[in-house]
Amino acid sequence: MTDILSPGLILILGSLVLPFLKGIWQRGFMLLLPVLGFWQTLSLAPGAQGAIEIFGLTLITIRVDALSLVFAYIFHIAALLSAIYAWHVRDTLQHVAGMAYAGAAIGAVFAGDLITLFVYWELTALTSVFLIWARREERAYRSGLRYLLIQVGSGVILLAGIVVHQHQTGSIAFEKLGLDGLGPTLIFIAFGIKCAFPLLHNWLQDAYPEATVTGTVFLSAFTTKLAVYALARGYPGTEMLIWIGATMTAFPIFYAVIENDLRRVLAYSLNNQLGFMVVGIGIGTELSLNGTAAHAFSHILYKALLFMSMGAVLFRTGTIKGSELGGLYKSMPWTTGFCIVGAASISAFPLFSGFISKSMIITAAAGGGHWFVWGVLLFASAGVFHHSGIKIPYFAFYAHDSGIRVKEAPFNMLLAMGLTAFLCIAIGVYPAPLYAILPFPVDFVPYTVTHVITQLQLLMFSALAFAVLMRSGIYPPELRSVNLDSDWIYRRFLPKVVGLTRGGLASLQQVAESVAERGLRRILAVVFHYHGPSGLLARTWPIGGAALCVLAMLGGFLLTYFL
Amino acid sequence: MMDDPKKYWLDEPRNVSKIYWTVCALCAALFVADAFYHKHAHFEVEGWFGFYGIYGFVACVGLVLVAKLLRIILIRPEDYYDD
Repeated sequence: MTDILSPGLILILGSLVLPFLKGIWQRGFMLLLPVLGFWQTLSLAPGAQGAIEIFGLTLITIRVDALSLVFAYIFHIAALLSAIYAWHVRDTLQHVAGMAYAGAAIGAVFAGDLITLFVYWELTALTSVFLIWARREERAYRSGLRYLLIQVGSGVILLAGIVVHQHQTGSIAFEKLGLDGLGPTLIFIAFGIKCAFPLLHNWLQDAYPEATVTGTVFLSAFTTKLAVYALARGYPGTEMLIWIGATMTAFPIFYAVIENDLRRVLAYSLNNQLGFMVVGIGIGTELSLNGTAAHAFSHILYKALLFMSMGAVLFRTGTIKGSELGGLYKSMPWTTGFCIVGAASISAFPLFSGFISKSMIITAAAGGGHWFVWGVLLFASAGVFHHSGIKIPYFAFYAHDSGIRVKEAPFNMLLAMGLTAFLCIAIGVYPAPLYAILPFPVDFVPYTVTHVITQLQLLMFSALAFAVLMRSGIYPPELRSVNLDSDWIYRRFLPKVVGLTRGGLASLQQVAESVAERGLRRILAVVFHYHGPSGLLARTWPIGGAALCVLAMLGGFLLTYFL
Repeated sequence: MMDDPKKYWLDEPRNVSKIYWTVCALCAALFVADAFYHKHAHFEVEGWFGFYGIYGFVACVGLVLVAKLLRIILIRPEDYYDD
């Protein structure tokens, strides 16, 4: 047994105690768990390792270095903030699932070998699905099933890749893998599914908006950032990731503009932000990898903040559709303010967290001479301000007054939002502590005159574009609708193909059956004709007739005999 | 729902216009700002006067127009998947 306890296990084992506690003790213990885990993480020195022997395999259950630490820190912070946000919830299932899920993600970033990673990888899937099912509605149940299938599928592909990789190299160490050979390629695909690569992405936009108000906040923090961590560990400097990442930054934002469900808009922008991190991994320099880690850190906070504010709106009004909301700043001023802080952070306004992290990745892309990718990232930066920075607060809290008047969000929600907003601003104003925990020494100054002015130009002109399009009536209105995305393939197309195939087979069977039946009927008709009740061969003949027949036969016999 | 007789500053269309013109003025000021500092550029286009502002504006208008076109193809009724 290892003598170093993984902080993830504190949360996982602790979550199993939660059902035995009641009321305030249960929720108090839930808050305590991330604190204990964080405490344990602080005691871990870089370079520390814990291993166990199992079935002749040596598993590195804990490996501590700068990359795993930065993700572990932010996962603990996210778990604590989410727990505060969920304080009012009286649902043991959600509390257990949330804490076990956070613990699994933390365990995974400390995994030193691929088998340990796999175990935690699957555990994040199995625990998190209950945050969706806890909505206890048919829609959420079905969405959760799809989510679970895809997440577990990612795990199965990961396991297949590990087996092949182990067979070829004899190693299960989770280090830089690169894309040579089948094993690492399968592992790459498994990571890609969880990281919501283009066309593998749609589980995210499908499932997250269907989860509970508080569940979505948990979900937004862990799964995808665990995948970012795994890619940064296994595939830094893989050029393909630059292109994958650039695509991820750009294409979800088109959907975000026309999506009506505001939590789904946030899911699309989550996808777009992951793209920046993936580009950073693909470039693979110290600056870009630092940028990825820093951006994951600040992203978890502002994305959680945005989901919290939209969750509060859903909690109070019962809807999160842009077409039905508006004017809520009058009744939820605090939530509005916190949402705007999140919006400013994701848009990377100077003095907010996104600015000091995203600029590292964009600078790395420009410094590496990737002019096209740089242009795409700039476009995506303007676009994210447009749909997350403006659209979200605008349609929920301003726009036309929907007449909805509700109470402000509960105190625990406001507290969680306030703390998160504070962190978003603190990191933006004073990034040095974050820079100090990044994987590589930081030689980057975010606040230069050029950075600040060009970024403000980009953002203010994007705001101007929004204002002009709004005033001229060109901006597409929020409509009650769904938009087709790649989930259409498995929710409509494939079922239809299966249905058609089944239908085709059925009609083929019908033809065969009818041919056989008609043939059989004809034979039967012939038989019936001759042998039926009125058939020639089944007729009852009178005795005289029979005698006549015999006479005729005998006559015939005589004739043929004598002739 | 409660009655809310209170008038808010933003309820006045005149004030919304004020915000609009403030954004315009800020943009103009930021555009002109390019004349007053040395831009540290990686690519040549970055150095062009007002590049970031124009790029941001064109990008967003393009984004919205393309998304609007896409919507024609992608939009389905809200209960499309419910059956």
